Amino acid sequence: MPEIIFDDQQVRKSLKRMAKAMADDEVYLVGIRRGGSRLANALQKRLRKQGVTVWRGDLDISFYRDDLEQTSLHPVVHSSELTEDISGRHIWLVDDVLFTGRTIRAALDELFDYGRPASVSLAVLIDRGGRELPIQPDLVGLQYTAPEDALIDLHIEKDHEGKSRWRVTQRAR
Amino acid sequence: MKIDLLIQHGRLIDPASAVDEIADVWIHDGRIAGTGCFSGKAKRTIDARGMIVCPGLIDMHVHLREPGQEWKEDIASGSKAAVAGGVTRVCCMPNTQPCLDHAGVLAQLAARNQAVGLVHLHPIAAVSKGLKGTELTEMRELAAAGAVAFSDDGKPIWHAGVMRKALEYASSFGFLVIQHAEEPTLTAGGAINEGWVSTQMGVPGMPAEGEDSIIARDIMLTRLTDARYHVAHISTAGAVAQVRAAQQQGLKVSAEAAPHHFALTEEEVLGYRSDAKMSPPLRTEADRQAVIEGLRDGTIAVIATDHAPHHEDDKRCGLECAAFGIVGLETMLPVSLMLVREKVLSLSELIAKMTVNPARLLNLAAGRLAKGDIADVCVFDPDEQWTLDRNRLYSKSRNTPWHGKTMQGRVRHTITAGKLVFSLPEAS
Amino acid sequence: MKHLFGIAELSAERIRHLLSISASMQGINRRSIKKAPALRGKTVINLFFENSTRTRTSFEIAGKRLSADVINISASTSATKKGESLLDTGQTLAAMQPHALVIRHSLAGCCHFLADFLPHTSIINAGDGAHEHPTQVLTDLLTIEQALGTTITGKVMTMVGDIAHSRVARSHLLAAQKLGYHIRLVAPKTLLPVQVERFGCSVSHDFDEAIEGSDIVYMLRVQNERLASACCFPSVREYHETYGLHRQRLARAGDHCLVMHPGPMNRGVEIATDVADSLQSRVLEQVENGVAVRMAVLTECIMHRDAAAAEAAENEDEDDED
Ligand SMILES: [Zn+2]
Repeated sequence: MPEIIFDDQQVRKSLKRMAKAMADDEVYLVGIRRGGSRLANALQKRLRKQGVTVWRGDLDISFYRDDLEQTSLHPVVHSSELTEDISGRHIWLVDDVLFTGRTIRAALDELFDYGRPASVSLAVLIDRGGRELPIQPDLVGLQYTAPEDALIDLHIEKDHEGKSRWRVTQRAR
Repeated sequence: MKIDLLIQHGRLIDPASAVDEIADVWIHDGRIAGTGCFSGKAKRTIDARGMIVCPGLIDMHVHLREPGQEWKEDIASGSKAAVAGGVTRVCCMPNTQPCLDHAGVLAQLAARNQAVGLVHLHPIAAVSKGLKGTELTEMRELAAAGAVAFSDDGKPIWHAGVMRKALEYASSFGFLVIQHAEEPTLTAGGAINEGWVSTQMGVPGMPAEGEDSIIARDIMLTRLTDARYHVAHISTAGAVAQVRAAQQQGLKVSAEAAPHHFALTEEEVLGYRSDAKMSPPLRTEADRQAVIEGLRDGTIAVIATDHAPHHEDDKRCGLECAAFGIVGLETMLPVSLMLVREKVLSLSELIAKMTVNPARLLNLAAGRLAKGDIADVCVFDPDEQWTLDRNRLYSKSRNTPWHGKTMQGRVRHTITAGKLVFSLPEAS
Repeated sequence: MKHLFGIAELSAERIRHLLSISASMQGINRRSIKKAPALRGKTVINLFFENSTRTRTSFEIAGKRLSADVINISASTSATKKGESLLDTGQTLAAMQPHALVIRHSLAGCCHFLADFLPHTSIINAGDGAHEHPTQVLTDLLTIEQALGTTITGKVMTMVGDIAHSRVARSHLLAAQKLGYHIRLVAPKTLLPVQVERFGCSVSHDFDEAIEGSDIVYMLRVQNERLASACCFPSVREYHETYGLHRQRLARAGDHCLVMHPGPMNRGVEIATDVADSLQSRVLEQVENGVAVRMAVLTECIMHRDAAAAEAAENEDEDDED
């Protein structure tokens, strides 16, 4: 049974804080499918409310993973979409949960096959610790130290009134 | 006095004498010394309780590959395979190298067979010199050297004019002409039966009409020449119907069927299995049923194997390139027993198709177990189930579609001219 | 999926899965650095016993875009020894332990045959005799569905030409049964295999009649010299008149109808130049999409995806915040 570690209110509060910290004239958000893309959408909404021009892109890192042989390919592989040129831009790479850092490594590899950005910063909602690579976030919504074998998931669901509700859970592997 | 060999308490089935009863068979000096209830002494006794005792089987369609292709089979290995299958008389086809178109080659064969000494060998000599389909062989001399029939098997006698002359000449002396019925201009390039299976597999096919059209022509020529004509390895519904109609008109037309044509269908080649490739090819279920019906109503008097050994290299090269043919001597009896289990034939009728019927067709004093007959005997267990392992065949070749399949019925002992030439090694 | 022998072995779900991965591969093909590391350290051997610049190049580019090491081998073979040389060459190459062997051979069933002797290699069919050509058909499906903007289910494909000797035709006939599109075959009987209607297609000898109501017209290449000498048709002139695709004939199907050809085209034989180069023609998209499809197939085969992975599609919540 998954245990709730952060509720809707806590997530919303940190999203607001993250959006505030990111605010600039224009922001280019690149989400890592699928959790990171959802988070990037939520940040985009909040940034636009602040009058920021937001560019969006998404990466599917399936073909860049270093464990392709051990895991099976997700049955639905989405395309990466970066329609707006990233060269010379300041990019915010967005993911939901930061763990070993391997996903970020793959995403950086893929990102650079699209062009040469001026800079790349990393924003994550939850940093759960357990890094295996020298990768650190520039912006963290929620700090949480999880046991090594735990799985941390971000959910967004509609309640009975049709309102979106965020939830972060922890479960055993 | 002690007789040589006593086969005790078996079920003696001798279709030629219309016998089917529990009886002893005793053998002396290479001949049947008597049947019935034996009281006396024997040098050797076989307990045949629960077994069938019948005349040694005659396979009138075997490719022994000697001379010329001894790496596939030779008289020694082919004879061992024959007696392991209960076969005591082997009719070998002429498509060797050199081919059997010359009395000298027949004499050599006879000498080789005498040295091996396991079976009686009855060559089927070539119709045409060099199997070229243009000039006739010296049939009278070949017959005098032991040829029991004439055929260009492996290939058809394609030229209508030559076929007419062959039938006319052969029938002048009462010789039988055996046709491998195939119209090569319809089957050229084909590897399997033409039909739904070949269409799905994208493999060139051989239509049933390739067989039927030659038989239609040959039946007309048989009527014209009043000859004796025999269809080898009949495989299609159309061919069976034509042979039946010809027989009803009183023509001297006969046919043999190979066990694979009544036991298997074209679906056996799915997956590109070259061990199910032969000519004529495995056909459809409707054709298989027609062959079974032909066996049931007597249109097809003979079961013969078309034993065609090929080296692994000739089969292991993809379906389209693989050689045609399968080995059959060691599976003929167990596969054919399915006709009895499926109530198509009685045991006696089945045995007749592998003993007295081919003997009569080829004018052989054989295929019967009456007192004074040459003692060729097969003793088999009709019920024993066993798994065929192609690596344990006595033949030099391994090309069988029944590898790993369960067989029912197994030869226990084979006796050729009074000599015990095969006994099943006791199961370990 | 370890091997790709043909469409026959694929379920509808598996075909859909391959098409979906192919679509994401198109993304890689459309950016400036057309390379991903998915197959880094993997070796792919293209073993072609028949000339086919198009298919071989397509597999080669596909492998290289995914960072695999690709080796091309063109082997020629004499007709009588073709099976033996296939086995010898296959065993020799397999001893070098490639991850995948892509094979084109004139022998139907060559992949089934080789797989029996090479248990450790993924074997991918790039066209075997008149049997199957699965990557071509996957390419066609991707092209058709993207051009139509909808799935192919329920659509009508009129396929014209030498069906009897066509591996593309067999693969399409199998795919049509699995995905639910309808194929109308158009050819004289000399170019139709027996009992072909058992694939569930319809058969016509009249192109003008059959083309009406078609969503796709698929023209097959006609090897005119060989077929004329085999009495399959009397002359190119009469063939083009009866079964060639020209503008007036295409007009009977309407502007929405897609024109496809597996290539290489015989202009003026099965297809007129103005039709081949028209807006309705998808021939060049077929070529482009071929690379994406072969990238997907190589990834799936080399990574030995098991069938269960495709079926155990996680039910993730797709919702975005509103
Ligand atoms: Zn024959």
